[in-house]
Amino acid sequence: MSSHYKCSVSALLRGSALAAVSAFALASCSGPAADSSPAASAKPAVEVASKVSEPETDGSTKRLRLLTQDQYLNTLAYVFGPDVRPDAYFPPAQRTDGLLSLGAAKAGITPTRMEVYQKAAVTVSALIVDPTRRNFVITCKPADEKAADRACASKVITDVGRLISRRPLTAEKRDAFVAQANEAATKLKDFYAGLGVALEAMLVSPNVLFVAERSEPDPATPGQYRLDAYSLATRLSLFLWNAAPDDELLKAAQSGEIHTAKGMAKQVDRMLASARLDQGVRALFDDMYGFDTFNALSKDTSVYPTFTGQALTDAREETLRVVVDHLLRQNGDYRDLFTTRETFISPALAAIYRLPAPPRWTKYEFPEGSQRAGILTHISFLATHSHPARSSATLRGKALRELLLCQPVPPPPANVDFSAVENPKGNLRTARDRVNFHLENPVCAGCHKITDPMGLALENFDGEGRFRETERGAPIDVSGSLDGKAFKDVVGLGQALHDHPALTSCVVKRTYAYATGAPTSNADRPLLAYFNTRFGEQGYKMPDLMRTIALSKSFAQISEKAPAAPGKTASLPSSQTAAATSN
Amino acid sequence: MTEFNRRRVLRGMLNGGAVTVGLPLLNTFLNGNGNAMADGTSMPVRFGTWFWGLGMSKSIFVPKQTGANYELPEEIESLRPIQKHMNLLTNLTAYRDGAFFCHYTGWVVFRTGSSPQVNDQAPGESVDVTIANQIGRSTRFKSLTAAATGDIRTVVSYENANTPNSSEVSPLNLYTRLFGADFQNPNAPTFTPSPKVMVRKSALSSVVDEIKDLEKVVGAEDKARLDQYFTGLRHLEQQFDHQLTKPEPRPACVPAAAPKEAQTGNEAQLVRQRHKLMSELLAMAAACDQTRVFNLSWSNASSNTTKPGYDKPHHTCTHEEGVDEKLGYQVNASWFARRSFEAWAEYVQAFANIKEGDGTLLDNCFIMANTDVAYARVHSLEGMPAFTAGKAGGKIKTGLHVDCKDGQGTSLGFTAMKIMGLDTESWGTKSNQTSKTISEILA
Repeated sequence: MSSHYKCSVSALLRGSALAAVSAFALASCSGPAADSSPAASAKPAVEVASKVSEPETDGSTKRLRLLTQDQYLNTLAYVFGPDVRPDAYFPPAQRTDGLLSLGAAKAGITPTRMEVYQKAAVTVSALIVDPTRRNFVITCKPADEKAADRACASKVITDVGRLISRRPLTAEKRDAFVAQANEAATKLKDFYAGLGVALEAMLVSPNVLFVAERSEPDPATPGQYRLDAYSLATRLSLFLWNAAPDDELLKAAQSGEIHTAKGMAKQVDRMLASARLDQGVRALFDDMYGFDTFNALSKDTSVYPTFTGQALTDAREETLRVVVDHLLRQNGDYRDLFTTRETFISPALAAIYRLPAPPRWTKYEFPEGSQRAGILTHISFLATHSHPARSSATLRGKALRELLLCQPVPPPPANVDFSAVENPKGNLRTARDRVNFHLENPVCAGCHKITDPMGLALENFDGEGRFRETERGAPIDVSGSLDGKAFKDVVGLGQALHDHPALTSCVVKRTYAYATGAPTSNADRPLLAYFNTRFGEQGYKMPDLMRTIALSKSFAQISEKAPAAPGKTASLPSSQTAAATSN
Repeated sequence: MTEFNRRRVLRGMLNGGAVTVGLPLLNTFLNGNGNAMADGTSMPVRFGTWFWGLGMSKSIFVPKQTGANYELPEEIESLRPIQKHMNLLTNLTAYRDGAFFCHYTGWVVFRTGSSPQVNDQAPGESVDVTIANQIGRSTRFKSLTAAATGDIRTVVSYENANTPNSSEVSPLNLYTRLFGADFQNPNAPTFTPSPKVMVRKSALSSVVDEIKDLEKVVGAEDKARLDQYFTGLRHLEQQFDHQLTKPEPRPACVPAAAPKEAQTGNEAQLVRQRHKLMSELLAMAAACDQTRVFNLSWSNASSNTTKPGYDKPHHTCTHEEGVDEKLGYQVNASWFARRSFEAWAEYVQAFANIKEGDGTLLDNCFIMANTDVAYARVHSLEGMPAFTAGKAGGKIKTGLHVDCKDGQGTSLGFTAMKIMGLDTESWGTKSNQTSKTISEILA
């Protein structure tokens, strides 16, 4: 992990971000470093003149979100040092409107999950007070190591509390934890052990595990609500970095700077320029592309001996590397992700791609004319949307529709008999022959024509993503069409997808939902249309889209009705009133 | 905590008033018959569940006879060693009530009493949670859930509609959670409460106050989530209490050494390796009274278990494989189903292998096993099978095949609730609502 900012770099040297906010750390935390890390990402945003302006909305929804596993771990690593990564596996949230992260706004905490948090807290706290590394985080010394020390405990608890709760602790809360640290230190006759016990408790606090967004009246617009400064900082940081805010962002919240247009833009640009953006963009795309599937994916090794556990891990990594490289390093057009021949190859993937194995991850460009073009032809997409021992045109077509175009495909009817597809006589050799059965049967055809014509274009790749020209001796026909656009092979499919209007509107919709932590609704349509137009005006650059969303009014404003204004209900739109009365 | 600190704490305890208690011989805590504690309280009755995906092949699964001593048909031949310990229930129905999700509706009706109206979203808490809230409060773990599938997304238990209980998928992790550093062997000769745990418990009280602030800023729906968090906090407190209390001796509690990390993968044999370790660990967890409620799943509802050299995983196979004209069933689908029933036998046997009092641990358990469909090929929810195992401390008869004659699938969960002492008149909603127990198996 490296950072764009001098203060963070120095903090890293000392092991934690906490050191950076302490008096013992280098004092200045000023501006981007000119000689920033080699991971320097998107170029500073250049304002492109716009023909559109953000439509008026009531703002987004206020949420109680549960920190995801990665948000929790990223925050710990940032605050306490990159070596602080406890084994903490949280149950996955329920995928909601295409995103796991939206499930986090509904999920509760089970007793089992509480145990996981507590175990992680014990591990983290033990590392913090460990004699060999305690100076990284505990930047004061107790007068007597064998006794309580109010001043030092108070300092650590204040600093840690602010970073992990994403706002300063109230004096009352701080005093309660300090009292616990002192009591425990006295009982255990050990300052550090006592402090450790208080830190354990802080780490399982609901203010750490839950993100409770708070709102306040927006002084600029009477009747309108907005996120309070710390909630806004947290929403922004979870969106761009998939972690809690850093010291500087919290300072901008504390001073109120974040509520000014200029101040907010400064923070957003700083965060977009940081190397921590990689982590945020990876999280967004990992979620959006459904890569949690990898956690349970396995292939029949008797059919696919090269599809090892390492290949599985690397396949996910390959696509995320391309996403980061293309969208951030090169500031590329989102649509070109589906046509680019540039990728990264690892030794395990080289076996499946049938390339000479590089010694380590290496950037690679498939030759012109190659059928490998765009992330649809990555092993990740091809293998996750296949069966354990064979490819599936239907699964691939369905994934393309649902993940990339935001078009839900209905599930098969309950009483369907699939045995025709089995073809025991073996006269149907290719996948196309077999799925044509679906298309002949009107009951099946309705849905299968949504998925199969584009899925079949990927049939040059088997169930693990290896290239093939024939199936059971018969040549594979990979021609097809996507919503009226015909193509002759997978390169054509990539291009058709690239040009499909739903490709960009889908990523806009998902990114906005992800940013605000809530599914979009019909009421958001004008807003999403605006974001999409801006996205286009700016050449479909992902950092620009993220910037537009982060700086939009809807991102910061909260749709919350003002308390009991008389006659307020009379102004409900007529459709809602009708719905309300017809219930 | 480092070794250095641990030693320091132990040294500190000499002044801190911690006590070391010598424990008397184990058996003096049991009465003469060994089926109850010396003070007359009987052995706890535990509740367990087991899940397998994709039903069965009716023609070679459903026995021709009902009652005792029925002949085991081909597909469930492997149940012979446990036939006397279990009951086979056939012909149960799960009602759709206006919504149907192929591999979800059926098992969710059995587990929650209601037909889900949204895919992958439970209508409410599952039966194991209802029972655990009744009988699981006094043990270290309210309940334990594990899955042999290797997939953390395997869900068979719901705390409530939006909160699935995640499954432990690594036998080693399950072992560590149960018998790792925090385990207190109930049969240890001495007992020393840890001063660190005492202060840890005390520190949690500061956290409880924080909920109050949050409650002020969230809506009604989210208040329920904070309540749940609060329950979780209480659970932690309770675990600390356990660590600070001298445990009752449990002669049957003899944990094995830690298993090696099991291989991942969906191949039936690998799933079986994990399943065996998990069955034994859950049985020992019950024997050591670490929990009184446990869930294990052999496969997912859309089971992705694979057979070496065969190109379709279990779920795909049930849909795509033709029915063998001569045999009258899907040969490979039955191969998968047979592996499932072997695993069920293994699970039940793990509990039967542990002696408790003058019987076995299984005698003091009630385990229910269910699936998602009767005939996977067409997702039928009529004619569904289920199993029970164990005598529930004498409340249940075993060794029977009961034809439930299209009865409600929810009668199984309702029976479990009644046996476990829940004071409830009925269970389930709409067509799945029932107030009928499966009387044939009640002792």
